[in-house]
Amino acid sequence: MHRRDFLALGAAGMGGLVLPAMFGRAIAAEELNSAIDVAVKKSLADAAMNAAKSAGASYCDVRVGRYLRQFVITRERNVENIVNTESSGVGIRVIANGAWGFAATNEMTADAVAKAAQQAVAIAKANAPAQTAPVELAPARGVGEVSWKTPIVKNAMAVPIKDKVALLMDVNAAAMDAGADFINSILFLVNEQKYFASTDGSYIDQDVHRIWAPTTITAVDKTSGKFRTREGLSSPMGLGFEYLDGAASGKTVLPNGVVVYGNSYDMKEDAIAAAKQARAKIKAPSVKPGKYDLVLDPSHTWLTIHESVGHPLELDRVLGYEANYAGTSFATMDKLESHFQYGSANVNIVADKTQPGSLGAVAYDDEGIKTKKWDLIRDGKLVGYQAIRDQAHIEGKKESDGCAYADSWSNVQFQRMANVSLEPGKAKKSVADMIAGVEDGIYIIGDGSFSIDQQRYNAQFGGQLFYEIKNGKITQQIEDVAYQIRTPEFWNACVGVCDASDYRLGGSFFDGKGQPPQVSAVSHGSSTARFNGINVINTARSLG
Amino acid sequence: MSILTEAQSKAILTKVVALSKADECTAQLTGKIQGNIRFARNNVSTAGLTDDIELAVQVAYGKKVGTATINQFDDASLERVVRRAETLAQLAPDNPEFMPAVEKQSYKPSPTFAQSTADITPDYRAQVAATSINACKTQKLIAAGYLEDNQSFTAIANSKGNFGYQRSTMLDYTCTVRTEDGRGSGWVGTDTQDAARFKADSDIQIAMRKASASSEAKALEPGKYTVILEPMAAAGLIGFMFYFFGAREADEGRSFLSKKGGGNKLGEQVFGPQVNFYTDPWDPVAPCEPWDEDGLARQRMDMVKAGKITNLNYSRYWAQKQGKPAAGQMGNILMTGGTKSTADLVRSTERGVLVTRTWYIRMVDPQTVLLTGLTRDGTFYIENGQIKYPIKNFRFNESPVIMLNNVEELGKPVRVPPDEVSMNIVVPPMKLRDFTFTSLSDAV
Repeated sequence: MHRRDFLALGAAGMGGLVLPAMFGRAIAAEELNSAIDVAVKKSLADAAMNAAKSAGASYCDVRVGRYLRQFVITRERNVENIVNTESSGVGIRVIANGAWGFAATNEMTADAVAKAAQQAVAIAKANAPAQTAPVELAPARGVGEVSWKTPIVKNAMAVPIKDKVALLMDVNAAAMDAGADFINSILFLVNEQKYFASTDGSYIDQDVHRIWAPTTITAVDKTSGKFRTREGLSSPMGLGFEYLDGAASGKTVLPNGVVVYGNSYDMKEDAIAAAKQARAKIKAPSVKPGKYDLVLDPSHTWLTIHESVGHPLELDRVLGYEANYAGTSFATMDKLESHFQYGSANVNIVADKTQPGSLGAVAYDDEGIKTKKWDLIRDGKLVGYQAIRDQAHIEGKKESDGCAYADSWSNVQFQRMANVSLEPGKAKKSVADMIAGVEDGIYIIGDGSFSIDQQRYNAQFGGQLFYEIKNGKITQQIEDVAYQIRTPEFWNACVGVCDASDYRLGGSFFDGKGQPPQVSAVSHGSSTARFNGINVINTARSLG
Repeated sequence: MSILTEAQSKAILTKVVALSKADECTAQLTGKIQGNIRFARNNVSTAGLTDDIELAVQVAYGKKVGTATINQFDDASLERVVRRAETLAQLAPDNPEFMPAVEKQSYKPSPTFAQSTADITPDYRAQVAATSINACKTQKLIAAGYLEDNQSFTAIANSKGNFGYQRSTMLDYTCTVRTEDGRGSGWVGTDTQDAARFKADSDIQIAMRKASASSEAKALEPGKYTVILEPMAAAGLIGFMFYFFGAREADEGRSFLSKKGGGNKLGEQVFGPQVNFYTDPWDPVAPCEPWDEDGLARQRMDMVKAGKITNLNYSRYWAQKQGKPAAGQMGNILMTGGTKSTADLVRSTERGVLVTRTWYIRMVDPQTVLLTGLTRDGTFYIENGQIKYPIKNFRFNESPVIMLNNVEELGKPVRVPPDEVSMNIVVPPMKLRDFTFTSLSDAV
């Protein structure tokens, strides 16, 4: 689902008038620094809840949202587009006669929200007769009036456009000087100002910030007709503009000299390295297909975790609600009951909506539930799913996991993936230690091509950089690598995970689910991990 | 009400263009009413209606461009949106690839609107869901599906006197049907501007048949097979390939259409001689608006003729730089074929694999457009012209460029839902030799 959203933004770069509709109206940059007064939000929420209750709702929640986004899109020495968007409005969800109803309005007046609340109740009442069982909400206590903000140092929306343009132009020039033929570099900045209120007695004001700075560097060899790209090794993060400071503390130099990044990214340094590595990829020998021991860097593993653990352990997929779009899951309820051996004893996977710096971090989810960290896989055994308030009882749980999310005030909240991460190994182990034990392997850095079936069994992953490992030593850069897995076999082949000193986050800014589709942002952490005997194919072809 | 008439649109756009003090001004007014219903586990899960209208204004001072949008149309709001676009333009850096607004164009209307779709009511949507669910319930099958319909309009104008207005409609229906034991799965989808062409009761039967027939699948060794791709299975790979038909990328040396030593493959034989692709806004089955995103008039245009590349997508900037005439960029993908149905193609096949649908297609290597993805919702083994038994799903690693050099026969083209494609697409079922399956999938 990631690709389509990226293409939508590509189109925004080409046709100035065509903004991706989901991002709302275009505004001036200065407007990105303001917020709606909290008292106004509370009075709108109260108006909606009173109207809903009067119309017969047994429960009502109100989300007053202002969603701000800024994109700066460049290629080589040109700024292709600068887009500021704002979308604000109120989404009202109710339960009446045991059924859900939802309505939304962009008119921020007491009358308009009251009318929308009545409409939501009418929809719920219309849906009720067809409902097989009434909605059952896991209990939640109201939290009163509280607020939370992503702990950022520099608000990216407050950084002047000219500084952002100057940064990207400097990065692009450095990449071109280092031998790149082309570079695309983009800043995606997001601020979600979200106010949640419910008839349980919660009034929650949250200010959520996210940043992403992706690049694609291309090297072309016209004589041979070959070209290769190397994408930036940054991650989208739940941080402010300080993520782009390039602090030394955020850097890790891997045993083969490749520099990877943690909570601080040096965009220029990475672009220079990418230009050289893309050139080297053109000349790198092609992989011999077969079984290899894979050593996977966290900049790569996040996507494998996302696809083969995060998605199959979403309860709505397990139950079949996503059968016509995102898919179902092989990890059926009977496997939870029998504590299915999902992976080896080295595999401990947690869901976490509180992790600092992560894309999914909030204090309360979009149902007003205090967020938490919980186990999905413990000692290799399946022990949990991701569920929200109206699903918890299906899993026999007494509380929601706090992972409801809506990408806009105008869309209804539903279950979305929490940050799902592989815990580091407990024993002290560095990346060098891990590589020293590998006889015949491949070291993969960065995420590449990805595809997985609708039940999350069979997956194929590429990467950005591949290195051959022979007898405990990294010998050379290689190309044309993709590995194919069957999810449980893959995780059961995990023979080791490096310690916490190597732990880093990767993530997706645009993860899609639902009809009509909604996007969400989610992080996945891990330390470098080793998987034995994995099937590697060669992806080189000839067009004659 | 989000649907304005041509006269109402013209009045607003004329006012906007006149308000601008910039060197040039382009404005676009779009409105859409969209309805949907979603169902799963044989129950309706959500239903919604959204109604939206927006005015976008783009102005330029020299090579500096600014864009602003608004959804209110009183005089003060129109003034505000124009001034905001002007302010943004004055702050913007020069765009070295700036292209002036298009000259006055002549647009021939295309048949994108059908009253039958504009007339859809919430009851109609509920009925489609009920028809799908009830048919499945009677045969102990489980339906999960989605119907979305919309009516919309687009009006464009600029300070060079250009103006265009057109209304459109769309209906998109998909349904996945699974057996109760989860061992069989089928799928059906329809995409059309004209609801009169959509019949939920006959469509759902296709998905139900596939679901029942795909249970008890046997495993076949991965490898190279003769395949029959149903139109939906072929569309995913072909649609993906057309994202890489840009002239600029080809000229820059970073596309499968780049030529060794420099330049592009325009005029070269890239596919087998049976392969023809064209684009045509006035196609009655899969029409598109008669102008592109820049407002340039579209034309009927051959993209591939008898396997040779006859056109690439040129942006106006790249066309100018390369000394080529600028044409409206393609808005639909139409492939020619023969007259045979998928069933006819099966009858003439000694041994092969029938693929209903492909899924989760992603680029593996842009150098060769090597794509990976999976089969799903009905994969069958064919022997002596008959479907012998269902087989387990495969992962494929295949390039549409290689695939379209291995064509045995093409059937009758049909329009399919745009699963991996952003344009309307018409493709035939196709019989292909040596299609590469690289592993088995246990997924149903």
